[in-house]
Amino acid sequence: MSSVAATPAPTLPAPAAHFRRPSTLTAYRWELRKLISQKRTYLGLGLVVILPLFFVIFQNARHGHDRGAGDFFARQITQSGLATPVLMLLFLSAFMLPLAASLVAGDIVAAEDGNGTLKTILTRSVNRGQVFAAKALAAMTYAALAVFLSAFVATLAGVLSWGFHHITTYSGTVVSAPEGLLLVVAANACYLIPLFTVASVGVLLSTATRNSAASVVGTVGLVLLLYILAQIPGLEAVKPYLLTEQFQNWQGLLRTPTDWAPIWHSLWVCALYAVPALFAAYLVFLRRDVAGG
Amino acid sequence: MPDARPAAAHSPGEEAPPPVRARGLVKRYDEVLAVDHIDLNVRTGDVYGFLGPNGAGKTTTLRMALGLIVPTEGAVELFGRDPMRRGAAALEGVAGFVEAPRFYPYLSARKNLELLAALDGGGARERIDEVLEVVELAPRAKHRVGGYSHGMRQRLGIAAALLRRPRLLILDEPATGLDPAGMRDMRILIRRLAEEDITVLLSSHQLPEVQELCDRVAIVDRGRVVYEGALSDLRRQGGAGYRLRTTDDARALEVARAQAGVEHAMSGEHGVSFQAQEPEVGAFSLALAQAGIGILALTPELATLEDLFFRLTESNGAAPGIDRTAIPA
Repeated sequence: MSSVAATPAPTLPAPAAHFRRPSTLTAYRWELRKLISQKRTYLGLGLVVILPLFFVIFQNARHGHDRGAGDFFARQITQSGLATPVLMLLFLSAFMLPLAASLVAGDIVAAEDGNGTLKTILTRSVNRGQVFAAKALAAMTYAALAVFLSAFVATLAGVLSWGFHHITTYSGTVVSAPEGLLLVVAANACYLIPLFTVASVGVLLSTATRNSAASVVGTVGLVLLLYILAQIPGLEAVKPYLLTEQFQNWQGLLRTPTDWAPIWHSLWVCALYAVPALFAAYLVFLRRDVAGG
Repeated sequence: MPDARPAAAHSPGEEAPPPVRARGLVKRYDEVLAVDHIDLNVRTGDVYGFLGPNGAGKTTTLRMALGLIVPTEGAVELFGRDPMRRGAAALEGVAGFVEAPRFYPYLSARKNLELLAALDGGGARERIDEVLEVVELAPRAKHRVGGYSHGMRQRLGIAAALLRRPRLLILDEPATGLDPAGMRDMRILIRRLAEEDITVLLSSHQLPEVQELCDRVAIVDRGRVVYEGALSDLRRQGGAGYRLRTTDDARALEVARAQAGVEHAMSGEHGVSFQAQEPEVGAFSLALAQAGIGILALTPELATLEDLFFRLTESNGAAPGIDRTAIPA
């Protein structure tokens, strides 16, 4: 600033008669831009994209070998490329996709608190509620992107390897390739219900702990804990209400006629986790002292 | 109710709320009382120095003023609006930073400012080039902030504040980490902003800088305001100081210490310094003459802010001769 004195001074505006707050959509767009600019964002996405690719490459390398009698869709793997995204959703929904969602949801508030940038954005013209909504929406958007990017790569790789052919559902009904593709999209969309719940827990931990690592590990740890709980004898009564039990409920869509019961069950069980988590996170965010940085 | 209206919506003749008014501000962290019933009055056009030793509660007070932390008791109003009740609307016309300004290290300076301009709304985005020029970061605007020096980040902090076209600028140690030229330029910039009728609330450890820039000050110590008022009043209250050179400084010091009305007499490199009112100085000079000590020079000196700061903060607010209750209503 060696020539500051010679630089024309900024002129002052007339005071605004009415305060116009920027929209939450603006804050949300910038949350997405921040995510896009961070390398760590691509770690989770890389995981859920590479695994379907490895799977297809591995299956192609095993040409002629017995592909086993595992999952119903595993047996159809070479008959239709559409079996690949279903099988990948089956594998990734248990842990990898919750992990990817946790990586961003657990980081989204805590990282800003740790870096001191939370105070920077909270002294602008957007309210805390708007900042929170933007962050929560960005975490959900990332989770959805992870699911659909993984499904897209799995579908593309599967179809390129084994063609765009009809597929048989869990009920034994043969559906056409376009209908099968629609079911793949719907199944992935349905899986977002429990995955958004995982992200909500991540946002809560991120807001409450102010520590990225603790939030990510805490969210993943909760998923693992619920898996362990599901294995404990005597707890069968609570098992249908565990979050992890909702991870496979999208399979109801792959029956003929569609079995909506597990999907509705998943919806309200997940709401029992997600709504209090998000509400608590919102309250903490509104009332917290921003003393970091 | 002043809190319920925009800052500019005052009837003609009605007194506008001041840029900053804090009443009975308290912040307690468990057993620690960080801020203890602080009252502040920053008036329109002030360059207001906010001083105190480390841990005195300055930054905590500024965070409460910006709505970043919730007061345990009391309230702050910015142009009559309480950030705790009005949220972001209370910060209209207000900008600044507390502690070091923070930015997204993985974004360029320009992208950081674009983000902040988006969160400011209005025409902030159109001012990005201008504020980058003001702080002389335009040539480095495309570089990631992660590679910036501390001083460059301080300047970017000023640029981010100017984006909001503030009427009140809150700056917490803006010269920290700057080289001497940078500190000088920061002083020039602050003075120029003040000339444009921006009220400045400046927290600083640089006492000469505050003495040069500020017209009113608050000095805090252990969470309490030990003085608030005009800097000139403080210096006047600090007593007239004198520096004396004689033919025998050692004996002159003895005479000074024995003389009624002469206080804080001490010897230094350049003779004897003491404090006294004018009539007592006359009596003292006669006493020196009676003792056979010739006066070579007797120079009046106002107490510096640094002297007063240490007297106030190292005496638990009980500095002799200083009226710490000079806080205006």
